[in-house]
Parts: sequence; structure tokens; C-alpha cells
Amino acid sequence: MSKISLIIEREYLTRVKKKSFIIMSILGPILFAALMVVPAWLATLEDDEVKTIAVLDQTGLYAGQIEDTDILKFEFLSEDSEDRVRKDFDKSGYYAYLVISDNLLENPNAITLYSDSQITIDAKDHVKRSLRDHLKNQKLNSYQVDGLENIVNELNQVNIDISTVKIGQDGTEKQSSTELTMIISIAFAFLSYMFIFIYGAQVMRGVMEEKTSRIVEVIISSVKPFQLMMGKIIGIAMVALTQILLWVVLTILIVTGVKSVFFSDSPMPGQAQNQIEMMGNQEAAQQMAAMEEGFNFDKVMEMVKSLEPIKTLLLFIFYFFGGYLLYAALFAAVGSAIDHESDQQQFMLPITIPIIISLYVAMMTFRNPGSEVAFWFSMVPFTSPIVMMARIPFDVPLWELMLSMALLIGGFIFTTWFAGKIYRTGILMYGKKVDYKELWKWFRYSGD
Amino acid sequence: MAFLEARGIVKRFANHLALDKVDIDVPENSIYGLLGPNGAGKTTLIRIINRITGPDEGTLTLDGHPFKATDIKKIGYLPEERGLYKKMKVGEQAIYLARLKGMSRSDALKKLKYWFEKFEIQPWWDKKVEELSKGMAQKVQFIVTILHEPSLLIFDEPFSGFDPINATLLKEEILDLKKKGATIIFSTHNMSSVEEICDHISLINNGKTMIEGPTHKVRLDYRENLINLDFSGDQNKVENILKEKFHLQSIRPVNNHISAQVKMNEEQSLNQVLSSVIDHCSIHSCQELLPSMNDVFIQVVNQQKQPTQKS
Repeated sequence: MSKISLIIEREYLTRVKKKSFIIMSILGPILFAALMVVPAWLATLEDDEVKTIAVLDQTGLYAGQIEDTDILKFEFLSEDSEDRVRKDFDKSGYYAYLVISDNLLENPNAITLYSDSQITIDAKDHVKRSLRDHLKNQKLNSYQVDGLENIVNELNQVNIDISTVKIGQDGTEKQSSTELTMIISIAFAFLSYMFIFIYGAQVMRGVMEEKTSRIVEVIISSVKPFQLMMGKIIGIAMVALTQILLWVVLTILIVTGVKSVFFSDSPMPGQAQNQIEMMGNQEAAQQMAAMEEGFNFDKVMEMVKSLEPIKTLLLFIFYFFGGYLLYAALFAAVGSAIDHESDQQQFMLPITIPIIISLYVAMMTFRNPGSEVAFWFSMVPFTSPIVMMARIPFDVPLWELMLSMALLIGGFIFTTWFAGKIYRTGILMYGKKVDYKELWKWFRYSGD
Repeated sequence: MAFLEARGIVKRFANHLALDKVDIDVPENSIYGLLGPNGAGKTTLIRIINRITGPDEGTLTLDGHPFKATDIKKIGYLPEERGLYKKMKVGEQAIYLARLKGMSRSDALKKLKYWFEKFEIQPWWDKKVEELSKGMAQKVQFIVTILHEPSLLIFDEPFSGFDPINATLLKEEILDLKKKGATIIFSTHNMSSVEEICDHISLINNGKTMIEGPTHKVRLDYRENLINLDFSGDQNKVENILKEKFHLQSIRPVNNHISAQVKMNEEQSLNQVLSSVIDHCSIHSCQELLPSMNDVFIQVVNQQKQPTQKS
């Protein structure tokens, strides 16, 4: 077995066997799954206890105008029972009581909901919506125009639904979903950003560990410093890949598992719609209904297909590793130059700034993927791994992709060469306060 | 024919000359002491021999052929700045380091078992390095250095961090390795251990070789014609004779006899000293005093600081 693969093996195994890696691998998917499952689960937990609300309508105008729902019942009481309810509320068995003291058209404040517990927002909104509809109709009627109700109804029906269609270069039309594309674009850019930081820092700490524990000289009497550096970088890249794979597989397993256990008998969309309706926002409910119509499974698949999942995935892997390799070498150089974690600040800055700028540019890219800024930042190797990932779901011309990929390959060869020269000297320098001038000197040392 | 030969090694760093045309000849199957004050260039020379850095000028010859990259397998190196991965288990780590030197896993395992038993550290096999004491970790490092049975061993300050018992154990192991045929380069500040075990020495200062040669010859070269005379009898009489003919450095009673230190000039010999006093006292012993390596070291290094003074 060649020496570099021995190094890769050690770097990989010691990290994968660590407790923190195992915990993260299990906790990550549970968190992701929780993000997807818990809201739906909470919806099923919605307490279905029937609540009765007493209505004390002093005006007598609104009898029967508040509809009952599955879990809310309204009892319109006569005036003489008012005292009884007020005085012995806790014994009356009502959840709340509603007092209407005046004509609401003239005095919109003349309505109050009393309860000994916090009144749910659903109950409040249901009352408000029912009465508002009633009042609207009353008002319409007061104009005494024939057929006005129909006109208003028709007005409410007016709605437009824009579907976006992406025209391919060969003239084919593809259903596209701007929202879906944006979500994927954000997710990709953010993943790249996170992993470059997390695993780049691991490379740096690994190099520092070797330097501060003084094992490095023992090892480089057997292998070349460059082999040691590359072995570490590649080993950690494989750890990152393992982590991503574990997360994806475990998340899918958990989500499907939990779904089949908890939601087998209650279809989720119905639940969601109920929930929205209960929140009393009619427009939202309408939108939801419209989305549900448009969001059938075939259509989603169609959209996913329009993003060419295999090409996108391959590009993601390419840019992720390209970006990681480019920065990991620089992180390794920083790790080799310092003796204590506290000295890293001054050298970390020039590395973190382009990464953070990339994320900002990526954020702008979601809105305008064809802009000039997005173009240039997706060409520069230091920012392209993140910015180009944000652009890919929006279809990037082939030549731009090729150019950006070639530049990235050139970029990481350059940084690795550059970092390798600093690394080789840095790892053998103990107890020396290092500045940029010193780094430049190391870079210029004639080498082996 | 020397086992390792370095000719005209030059190494420049940005603004100083670390090694200035250094030559060394390490004879086969010897222990070669590489001496010199801090910053003299010893570690740089050792790193060049290990191919960790390359020389700017000069050549290295190993066992009669030019030094090449694959020769690194024949070298075992214990650096001065040495350590182990703290979070890794002792046995696992020893196997890893042995495999980096090109050994197979099973071979490494077999030999490690032998050495761990010999050094009585087998219970530590599954412990993490951070649980080990410093001396214990040093033993592990020593084992890892010699495990692949290299023909050239380089020890940089091997005794630092060892207690006297373990230092003795280590010294015996080093002598044993020589007996088995290894050539050993030994860099240290501990001059008494140099006198004890080094066959040859080389003293480097400011990037230059100051002295090179067999340890005994170096001490002879730096002798100051000083003799020690132990006798009993009339101290005053003997003192007067010695003062008159030679240069008496000191004379004082020690236990039940008197000890005198006498410096002779170039033409005088031990015989003359003896014959001048032999009728006046009873002589217990008489011997020439050779300078210790410590004296040689200090003399050479100080000489260079004041180049006008002649020895």
C-alpha cells in the first residue's frame, strides 16, 4: 500500500470512529427529519376536544350568525342567563363567553370574548370571520342594489395563476417552478459554504495537532510533507462525503419511517388545509387550495426533472470538492504556521473573507442569476464554488460552466502548490511568532 | 570507507548560512557524536541526512553509493522535537508509524510484541497516548524508531525526558544496536554520555565543522600536558621541587594522601616528573589528565568567539 493511502486511511478512520462524528451523524438526520415531520405531527396533535362558547348577544342582531365548527360550538343564550354565566363561569362548563353589547356596524369595539384561560387564536379568528361575513352582507344589502351580491361574488372569483415555462435551447418547453428552483439554489450554496468552513477548519486543526504534538518530524522522516498534507486533505474530504451520505440516507429513512407510522390513516394535505382554514385566513386557504391543485406529485416530478438532477448532483459534487480542495490547502498552510489556536486570527481573515463574500453574492444570485456580478463571481475560483452552485438551478450556459470549472481546477492546483511550500517549512518551525513577511520568506525557500 | 559521507554541505536560509561546507565521515558500525551549541546547525544537518530538507550544495554518500530517496527506509530517526498523536491508541499508532516506514502489518505486530515485552510496556498497548507518562511515551518512540531495523540510526537528544534508570536502559539498547551492526549518529549536549559511548565525534559551530575524529584522539589533541600525582610524605619538599622544575597548579591533601596537579612544558615528560620526586616521597599513582569532552567543547566554542586568542 502506498504511503499516501496509509495516511488517508488513518485520517479517515480516526475521524469516523470519533464519538462526535457518530453523534453528529445520528443527530443531524433527526434534526432534519424533525424539521419536516414535527409541524405535521403538531397538526395531528391539535386538540379535538369540543369547546362550547356562550354568546350573550345584548343587541339580538346576531343570533345564529356564528357557525359551529368541528371543535367550536356556539350557544346563543337569552339575556336572563347572563348573570348565571358571568358569576358561575367556572361551573358552567363553557370554554368562553362572548358579549356583544352594541350594533357592530356602528361600534366595532362592542364585542368582547371572556375566558378563564388564554383564548386560542383559532377561536377568536373564527368569531371575527363569521361576523365579518355577516356584516359585509348586511352592508351590501343596505345599498339596495339588485344583484350586487352576485357582482361581489364574481369579483371575488377573479384570480390569475401564472405558470412559468422555461424554454430550452432546443426549443422544448419545460415546466419550471421559480420557488422550487430558488429553494434548491439556496440549499446548494449554503451546503457548500457550511462544508468548506467545517471541514476546512478540521484540516487546519489536524495540521496544528501534528505540529503541537511534535509528531510531524517523525512522520516526515518517512513521507514527504506534501504527501502528508494531501493525505490529510483527501482523508477529511472522504469524511465529509461519508457524513453527507449518512445524513441523506438516514434522513430519508427516518422521514419515511415516521410518516408510515404516524400518518398512515390521516392524509396530510387535508390536515394542513383544516389548519389554514381554522386560522381564518380565507385568502391563505384559497392559495393553499390552488397550490394543492398545482402541487400534485406528477407536476413536482416534472419540475424536478427540469432541473436535471443527475447533472446538478454531479456539478454539486464537483464544485463542493473543488471549493473544499482550494480552501483546505490554505487552511493547512495556516495550521502549519501557528503554534496556538489563538494565533490563527490574522491568517484566517484573508481566507474567510472570500467565503463570506461568496455567500452574500449567492444571496443576490437567487434574485438575478444572470447578473454581471453573479457571472464574475461564478468565474473567480475563490468564490465560484458557492456562487456557481446558486446559479446552477437557473441553467447556466455550457461555456460558462466549462470556463468556471477549468478556472477552479487551476485555482486549487495553484493554492495547493502555494500552500504546500509554506506548509513544508511551517510544520518544522516551533515557537516562532509568524507574520506575513515570514510566510513570504518560507514560500521563497528553495526546496527539495 | 565511511558508511555515511557528507561532502561540502551548504544550506542557506533567507538571511543566514546554516551550514557552510560541512564534511562528515561516519565510519560503519560506529557511534558518531554530533556535537555543537544550540543553533550550530546540527538539526539542519540531521534533517538533510533524513531528506526532510535538501542541501543547496554538497553530496551525500551512503554505503558507497549516492544517497537516494529509497534509502530513507534504511534510516531510523528519533527527532529532538518528538511526539505522538495524543488521541490515538499506543499499539495502533506504533503499527501506523511502522507501516509508513514500509513494514507490513503482520511484521510490525510481531516485532512490536517483542519490544513491548522487552521494555515491559505491553499493558499500555490499548491505552491512548495522552494517558502515558513522558518517559513511557519516549520508550514507545524509541521502539518505533528502531523497529524496522535500519542500518543507520539517528538520535537527536535521545536522553532528554528519561529518568536515570530508563536512560541507562536506553544507553544499553543503543550499545546493543551497535553490536548488532548498526551505525549510529548521536546528537547531544550531554558530554559525559559522549565520552562513554561515542567512538567518533564531530563538533559543529556556526555552520562549520570545528573538530572531527575518534573521541580518544580528539581528547589527546586537546591535552594540556597536565598530570596528576598522588603521593604521601613530605609535602613541602615535594612542593618545592615541583615548583622549581615544573608549573605546579595545585597541591592539597586528599584523604590519606596528597594530590598534586602539575603542568609540563612541551619538552618535559611524565618520567621527568617522576624521577625528580621519586626519592622524596612514596608515590601512589601518577597519570596524565586528558581534557573531558566538556572541556574540549567549551574551549572550541569559546575560541571561535574570540578568534584572536591562540590555543
